[in-house]
Amino acid sequence: MRVEERLVTEPPAGDRPAIELRDLARHFGERTALEGVTISVPEGATLAVLGRNGAGKSTLLRILATLLRPHSGQARLFGEELPRNGYAVRGRLGLLAHEPLLYRELSGRENLTYHARLHRVAPERIEQVLQAVAMERRAEDPVRLLSRGMVQRIAVCRAILHDPALLLLDEPRANLDPAASELVEPLIGRGAGRTRVLTSHDPQAALAEADLVLALKDGRPAFVGAPEELSENQLKDLYA
Amino acid sequence: MILRKDLRLELRTLETIPAMVLFSLTTFVIFHFGLNRATIDGQLAAGVLTATLLFAAILGINRLFVAERDQGGFDAFLLAPVDRTAMLFAKAAALFTFLVVLELISVPAFGLLLLGTSLGGPLPGLILVLLLANLGLAVIGTLVSAIAVQTRARDLIGPIIGLPLLIPALIATARAIGPILAPGSSGSPPGKWLAILALYDVVFALLAYAVFDFLLED
Repeated sequence: MRVEERLVTEPPAGDRPAIELRDLARHFGERTALEGVTISVPEGATLAVLGRNGAGKSTLLRILATLLRPHSGQARLFGEELPRNGYAVRGRLGLLAHEPLLYRELSGRENLTYHARLHRVAPERIEQVLQAVAMERRAEDPVRLLSRGMVQRIAVCRAILHDPALLLLDEPRANLDPAASELVEPLIGRGAGRTRVLTSHDPQAALAEADLVLALKDGRPAFVGAPEELSENQLKDLYA
Repeated sequence: MILRKDLRLELRTLETIPAMVLFSLTTFVIFHFGLNRATIDGQLAAGVLTATLLFAAILGINRLFVAERDQGGFDAFLLAPVDRTAMLFAKAAALFTFLVVLELISVPAFGLLLLGTSLGGPLPGLILVLLLANLGLAVIGTLVSAIAVQTRARDLIGPIIGLPLLIPALIATARAIGPILAPGSSGSPPGKWLAILALYDVVFALLAYAVFDFLLED
């Protein structure tokens, strides 16, 4: 039985799937970015997406974030089909991408105020998240004057400001020192109780957090299953 | 909220409006010496004013979505559960505001540098025509800018698509302003050209409303 089929027919225990992908494909011109991706992720679970640079991890995250259309196959989030019903799920998604999605000339607080209005979030929530990442004292500084780690902390605030049910995390701890990583852990870590899709250049760290693993090689699934089922050799082969 | 954010960004960076103003003032100086005439009036004055404002507007149009593309504003907006046409209205309102600020400085400068007649009499009519022209420029400019910003050659694509689409507005504006700036004019613009300009605004506003959603799609 193919690994993709195994997970569709035998989904891990849990509630209804937060994410259902079936034979998902996306191309950029002649290049295949994703092909044959099939997986089901229950609510509250963490999916680690592994693979080398250019394997299709960010493309998958952008499709799940409703920012890219799949060219074929099916994608459902919380039962809503993408991209047709993307509007229905957008408020339930949080994306922490490579780019912080912050305006450099605005302060952290101004950026968060803008996002709070877009997501119809009460202003008190801004103070709450700024305090959580210990950025309230630098919240008035323009983002362009902040260090990369501070920008990443504000980006975390932006991603979870509206308390999303699904967090899409592309290298979430990039630029964060250990102390800052600890600060953001309650917001984006497993303990936050959200469904998470996580990519990381550090496969061991990602595996430690994951309930499910999707390993991509040249846009195609090389492994789908539980983290403990992924052998050392498969992992080595993935990054070879 | 998008408009407020755009105006705040412009106040912080001063990247767009000063460039538009400087361009228009320089162009008036060039016309002043290039035409080798102390003053101009009538249709020639209208043509000079309209063409200068149009090209200055192109500078603003080219920069309208730059922050959204370069700093991830598009993605952040598309991730939010809001109607995508909100961005069309906000960006058009921002461009309209930029054009009004441009004209507040450049029209008096035009009067000083080139115009043979006083601006006092024609001013109410001129304001009416320029407001209608700004509306068309703002709507078309937003549409064109949203297309151009998705391409690698955005600085070229903006004028290449925008200028042909703006020709009807340019003609109607110049023909409406011409009689106002003629010596001995009553100061009221011809109704026919005002109506054409208003019709142009309505048609392109509806068109922009209909297609803008698709422009933001992947």
